[in-house]
Amino acid sequence: MRTSRTARIGQYAALFGYLLFLVFPFLWLLSTAFKPARELGSLHPTWIPEDPTLANFRQAFDEQPLLHAAFNSLIAALGAALIAVLLATPMAYVMARHRTRLARAATGWVVVSQAFPLVLVIIPLFLVLKNLRLINSMPGLIMVYVVWALPFALWMLVGYVRAVPPELEEAAAMDGAGRLRTLVSVTAPLLAPGIVATALFAFVTAWNEFFFALVLLKTPEKQTLPVVLTHFIGAEGVADLGPLAAAAFLATLPSLVVFAVIQRRITGGMLAGAVKN
Amino acid sequence: MAMTRTARSVRRPPDDKGRRRATDHGAWFLVLPALIPILILSVGPLLYGILLSFTDAQSGRTRPTQWIGALNFTDLLHDTLFWESFRIGLLWAVGVTVPQFLLALGLALLLNEDLRLRWLARTLAIVPWAMPEVVVGVMWRLVYNPDAGILNETLRDLGLGDGRDWLSGLGTALPAVIVVGIWAGLPTTTVALLAGLQNTARELHEAAAVDGAGAWRRFRTVTWPALRPVALSITALNLIWNFNSFALVYVLTSGGPGGRTRLPMLFAYEEAFRYGQFGYAAAMGCVMVAVISILLAVILVGRLKGGDES
Repeated sequence: MRTSRTARIGQYAALFGYLLFLVFPFLWLLSTAFKPARELGSLHPTWIPEDPTLANFRQAFDEQPLLHAAFNSLIAALGAALIAVLLATPMAYVMARHRTRLARAATGWVVVSQAFPLVLVIIPLFLVLKNLRLINSMPGLIMVYVVWALPFALWMLVGYVRAVPPELEEAAAMDGAGRLRTLVSVTAPLLAPGIVATALFAFVTAWNEFFFALVLLKTPEKQTLPVVLTHFIGAEGVADLGPLAAAAFLATLPSLVVFAVIQRRITGGMLAGAVKN
Repeated sequence: MAMTRTARSVRRPPDDKGRRRATDHGAWFLVLPALIPILILSVGPLLYGILLSFTDAQSGRTRPTQWIGALNFTDLLHDTLFWESFRIGLLWAVGVTVPQFLLALGLALLLNEDLRLRWLARTLAIVPWAMPEVVVGVMWRLVYNPDAGILNETLRDLGLGDGRDWLSGLGTALPAVIVVGIWAGLPTTTVALLAGLQNTARELHEAAAVDGAGAWRRFRTVTWPALRPVALSITALNLIWNFNSFALVYVLTSGGPGGRTRLPMLFAYEEAFRYGQFGYAAAMGCVMVAVISILLAVILVGRLKGGDES
């Protein structure tokens, strides 16, 4: 398309402004994480630490059980991602291929579930899980995460299923393959990249989650990373900035890596969903 | 929908009936594994929550819970703190959603252009999406920090005064957290709008350009009609998500100073898990659902109307 030179320059300037706005807080976090206490107390903070140090990281690990919390987060996120995908894939398949009343109800639920204020869900969940003795336990938290991740997982997967041509399945059926057989040996391999992307997305969602973990996990040795991070902030809102920044940076790394890997697929999945609905 | 089915049956008539019957049985078999947890842990608790709002349920009490009718709701009606929190929640939700949409639209239009380094921009633009909300809160606390924060330092460098304690100032706290809310939700909105933009027909756009339509006119007559359904959906979702948000503000201000940023979710959380008033907090949740449903209905009606026009 014909765009004048001045317009182009304006576009680049605007894009640069956007990226600056989106990235600068993260750079500041990084900068703070590597600053020694003396610089953090200075009234004229600089972008680049004058005397970079790893002391904040050491102190962060000393002050809070970060490794243990990271392990808890990993278990919760892995469990939630695997189970959510296992449950969602067959359902997404039905929703994508058959326009039955059930599929429509499920699609409706995906939308409506987004509107629940969590507080209305968490109080009954808390009571139910308490009766099942699943408060302050990983299985309880994973169960909640699975159900919580399902709507978006279903949405993504429906998009991916629709991208698999039904003719392939019909051909397999003509050759006498049963329904399950068709699903396992024809559809699943084609869906695999989409399933992996969905699982990774569910992983990040659970890894980042805060509210359910805050309510459901009571003792420090069970708590996940986001909850432990808030312990760096004292009761009066006073925080030890250096270790806080260091721990926050470390907690973000896995999410950033996973997101970099699936970035294209997420946008692709949303695209598929948007086109077909 | 009916048309595709007819088309398929015309193409392969002998097989269709049997296939559809098998489908109905197979469908249940495939759907149940996901449906059961959804019913138990999502639909069930929601209904249970609505029931709880008509009881005096409290945590750690020995006396059995009793039905108290609409007492919680009449109490809520007179709870000025709750309505103040509600007002803040609406201010926050609209204050975040509207600028977020406009900014995201701009960014999506830019990312849809054939600019150099577009891939890098697209990757960087979703960074906020990947971050845990708690980390986003922590990060912006560092930015807003009165002494060691970069915001005040930049203001000092630009000669714009000494800056201030943004998150503890009665007047600045809410705007400050709203900026963070906009920042955090920008990627999702941008990605959704970008997806919508890529659906608009490029030929139409070019034809309009050939006919001499300016950029604004092309946007209004070609891009916007195609983008409208996506724009409405994502705005509806953003309003809901923002109204229900919790972690960001919990980490940034915990609802302070003096309740100036106490969103309804924070209020209900404290009521339920600090004071143990389960029934009362559930009633708050119900009121929030009601308001959200009304908002949603308004937006969906708008969407249906848009669909009729096109």
